[in-house]
Amino acid sequence: MIRVRTTVNGVAYEREVEPRLLLSDFLRHTLGLTGTHVGCEHGVCGACTVLVDGRSARSCLMFAVQADGLAIDTVEGLGEVEALAPLQQAFRDHHALQCGFCTPGMLMTALDLLRHRPGAGDAEIRDLLSGNLCRCTGYQHIVAALRALRK
Amino acid sequence: MKPAAFDYFRPDSVDAAVTALAASGGEAKLLAGGQSLVPLLNFRMARPRLLIDINRLAALDFVAEDGAGGLRIGALTRHRTLETAEPVRRLFPVVAAAMRHVAHLAIRNRGTLGGSLAHADPAAELPLLAVLLDAELHSNRGRHAAAGFFLGPLTTALGDDELLTEIALPALPPHTGWGFEEFALRRGDFAFAAVAALLTVADGRIAAARLAAGGVGEVPQRLGEIEASLVGAGREALAAAARRAAALVEPASDLRASAEYRRHLVGVLAERALNAAWVRAQ
Repeated sequence: MIRVRTTVNGVAYEREVEPRLLLSDFLRHTLGLTGTHVGCEHGVCGACTVLVDGRSARSCLMFAVQADGLAIDTVEGLGEVEALAPLQQAFRDHHALQCGFCTPGMLMTALDLLRHRPGAGDAEIRDLLSGNLCRCTGYQHIVAALRALRK
Repeated sequence: MKPAAFDYFRPDSVDAAVTALAASGGEAKLLAGGQSLVPLLNFRMARPRLLIDINRLAALDFVAEDGAGGLRIGALTRHRTLETAEPVRRLFPVVAAAMRHVAHLAIRNRGTLGGSLAHADPAAELPLLAVLLDAELHSNRGRHAAAGFFLGPLTTALGDDELLTEIALPALPPHTGWGFEEFALRRGDFAFAAVAALLTVADGRIAAARLAAGGVGEVPQRLGEIEASLVGAGREALAAAARRAAALVEPASDLRASAEYRRHLVGVLAERALNAAWVRAQ
């Protein structure tokens, strides 16, 4: 077991973990933060996307031990049901989710996109979202939500 | 979909990493970006006894100009940095442009230059670019020319106790244009075929040419015969050269694409890449 000290959504955590524990499982099972969803567990679907030191990353392709000393942001850090973050509100306004399974990953990818490419046009938005799969195929609405937030 | 148990070591120096690697007797794997390795671990297709996490070796994460128009790039440099860093975009725009084809944003944020080269997927962009650009791959043990580095699918000239440290890209001649074309079924998938071209043009004639193809053989390959035939020619020679490129490669069929289709793609992509290089060289 290895000791991990990490910050998740601004809260410091310290836990003993097995080296093989995926960051996605650490968030969900060890910390109880089940907002991060797990789809394929090999980096294809994008559902488990979180921010690692401010950049989007697949939490199923990192181990919890690698997060030692780093800052993780998950969907729980965005907003509350009664006080949605602007990004969440835009998703709601544009009907950018149906079943919601892909939504945490979509939101965290969108956060990276809006922070680092705030002026991205439709083609770049689609390109940067291409690593997140939505099986309800609600892509048009998701692009519309991000278009509304374009600076 | 969970990895088998392993020990974990996070060295704070290249020396410590290399020492641990050598001591493992071939039972350790280096963990860089992990975007290819961790899926293999999750599937249990790889079961190393020890993972050596080199992500904190900041000394391997840099992009520096070599003073002669080339670049020295640390092996831990992320794909996203290669896509966005100013010196890369200015001196090797073909590299920055090709990164847009590498998987997806979150993967490019983590994946590394050295990791991709050491993994040596035959359809990956960075091995193709290394071969195109005559890159020199430096390790703790010495240096490798890109031309002899890739030995087969997922197989390189790296020894068991060898760690890539830095990739040198020698300067391109003035008036050199580039083209990079690939075809994948979906955005970010591995390419069925990829072609990269460099043309140096002087007085309306080709002074130097480089053409490389990926995804259509066991390793990325330079098409030297076609490069030589283009020297001294003009733009009218590019279409025929692309057709010869298609005839030269020997792709295999798999579930995703037939050999015949991949060969066809090489011809189409080579013509586009060569024409783009010609236009950009003006």
